Amino acid sequence: MWVAIASVGGLALGIGLFLGYASRKLAVEEDPLVEEIDARLPQTQCGQCGYPGCKPYAEAIARGEVEINRCPPGGQETVEALADLLGVEPPALEGEERPPAVAIIDEEKCIGCTLCIQACPVDAIVGAPKQMHTIIEEACTGCELCLEPCPVDCIHMVPIPETLSNWKWRHPEIEPEVDTPADEDTERKVATAGG
Amino acid sequence: MVEKIGTILQGLFNGGIHPTEHKEATAEEAIRPLPVPEVLHVPLSQHIGNPAQAVVQEGDRVRKGDMIGKPEGFVSVPVHAPTSGTVTAVGDYPAPHPSGLSGPTVTIAADGADEWTDLTPRPDYEQLNPAEVRALIRQAGIVGLGGAGFPSFIKLNPGPERPIDTVILNGGESEPYLTCDDRLMRERAEEILQGAGVITYTVGARRVVVAIEANKPQAIAAMREAAEDSPQIEVVAVENRYPMGAEKQLVYSVTGREVPSGRLPADVGVVNQNVGTAQAIYRAVVHGEPLIERVLTASGAALAEPANLTVRLGTPIEAVAEACGGYRDLGRLIMGGPLVGSALHSTTPPVVKETNGLIFQTSGEVSQQPALPCIRCGACVDACPVDLMPNEMYNLARNREFERIQDYDLFDCIECGCCTFVCPSHLPLVHYYRFAKNEIQAKEREKEKADIARRRTEARDARLQREKEEKEAKRRAKKKAADKGEEGGSDAREEAARKAAEKRRAQREGKGGKPAATESTSQETPTESAPDQE
Repeated sequence: MWVAIASVGGLALGIGLFLGYASRKLAVEEDPLVEEIDARLPQTQCGQCGYPGCKPYAEAIARGEVEINRCPPGGQETVEALADLLGVEPPALEGEERPPAVAIIDEEKCIGCTLCIQACPVDAIVGAPKQMHTIIEEACTGCELCLEPCPVDCIHMVPIPETLSNWKWRHPEIEPEVDTPADEDTERKVATAGG
Repeated sequence: MVEKIGTILQGLFNGGIHPTEHKEATAEEAIRPLPVPEVLHVPLSQHIGNPAQAVVQEGDRVRKGDMIGKPEGFVSVPVHAPTSGTVTAVGDYPAPHPSGLSGPTVTIAADGADEWTDLTPRPDYEQLNPAEVRALIRQAGIVGLGGAGFPSFIKLNPGPERPIDTVILNGGESEPYLTCDDRLMRERAEEILQGAGVITYTVGARRVVVAIEANKPQAIAAMREAAEDSPQIEVVAVENRYPMGAEKQLVYSVTGREVPSGRLPADVGVVNQNVGTAQAIYRAVVHGEPLIERVLTASGAALAEPANLTVRLGTPIEAVAEACGGYRDLGRLIMGGPLVGSALHSTTPPVVKETNGLIFQTSGEVSQQPALPCIRCGACVDACPVDLMPNEMYNLARNREFERIQDYDLFDCIECGCCTFVCPSHLPLVHYYRFAKNEIQAKEREKEKADIARRRTEARDARLQREKEEKEAKRRAKKKAADKGEEGGSDAREEAARKAAEKRRAQREGKGGKPAATESTSQETPTESAPDQE
């Protein structure tokens, strides 16, 4: 009997020590859930959710502080992706979904005050005091945070135009007689036949 | 007829279809050159990859063959002036694209002289090394002329780890209506084989197989005659079954080697080029002529006089139609073949490198039958030459199940249109797959953009944190120096700065760049990290 107690006890001790060691040495520093949530957010860093960026919002969601439907740039799609990740029913998006846009500086009017540069969450504005500023279009997330600080209102948002390189085939037309209860709000654009 | 062409190589792929050929309308029409129009609209994107960048300006005079667009990035080729004249505009013009959108285009007013630029013919190309020959092919702007428009110099560069033993010249042309490759083989067999010589030299292959569908006996005979004295060239007749002309299907049928999913023919030791591309490569290398024109089939019941034409790139489709006696009752205009081509919105766009056919269909020919629900008959599964499950892919694409649809190998779909052709419910199946592919690609682009934004915002937060700490350190050092008084002030200040720097380093290591408050009092030039290059 003592052998059994000793061996099981020894085993328990060994495993306990190993787990104790592992929990310290191999500890995950950051909540992996935050990373997972952050990966699904659009990274516009616009703050429309009430948090100062996508990461803080992800952290708040992970803490269970806030609903998952506060991200208008991500749209309903992001809400659904988050609901899928967290295993909850997707709520309706709060706020209005807008087409993607980039900010453009009217370079004639810019006075070089650098206020927009300080507001930009992704450092997408180049410029220096009393020098004209300009926006790196590829880096602009369309967050609109630069609009408000501008004292001369020289920044405006321009929707990203559809070009040959970003054009997409639309969802083929679904004939009304086909029963499509779930497809009520999907786009029903007439297709130009191809294949 | 069968005796004449000998053994017919049977296709090894499953499925396929036998659509009405409609080739008789143009098969006996010899290729004739279309006169150079007065105004040409030459798009800068006539290939897969990045559009070329214009190197000419309004008012510039160009000669035939001058480069007007230089390649941008690796997957890109230059664009050349199709005739001599004056550049009248560099701007957007309707592109021959299913969207009907415009793209960057160079407009040239022809001067009628049609004067060549200085050419450097290299009939002695074997004195050059293969990389130099590839560079010549790139400089000439050669892309796959079978309709895909993939830059040829990339295809001809499989790399040392993928030895090539066979070059296949694709004379399949299995799409209905099209006869331009058929005519080219009948009329310019010699040039095609010369091109094959350049290709084999470039990739280091020994064997050339010219694969021609059995429904083109004259082309087979012409190519055989031209290849009589070349033992390394074999001309084979392949079974007449669509999509025999598709790259992987032809490679499989001719060599018995199946190209794995997501790989290229080069991975099984084969380079496959369209016969028209081979001829263009010959003209480019041996005569130094860049790609400024191509042969195309203009056909369809709406067109008065269907024809095979040599057309300068940039010629408006309307001018092609006029040369063919005009059209009436046009229901649909298709660029390419009717199965893989795409419908265009108007006849305004120009002919480009990918335009192997222009099909003018009457309104009666355009299917008016409404799409009905899928009845799960499985006809599409039987017809699919890639052995996919079109019915499942249809359901998933329709319901926007973009993750699950990739489990069904959506991206192996070659969009050949066999499934659409056989569907008894008239479902536009390929359209669904194109939709799903585009949505998935757009999502990937969005994700890349989000990743860039994430990195940039992290870099900014780290910068703000650093600036804040530096400021704090300065303030403390000043205070300490003031406390100590004048005596040894400068020493003390240095000491304090050093200590603060140490503390800062420790903090940074501990915290790992926690986001600071957004306030930044810096009025200096902000540090601007270069945009991440993807």
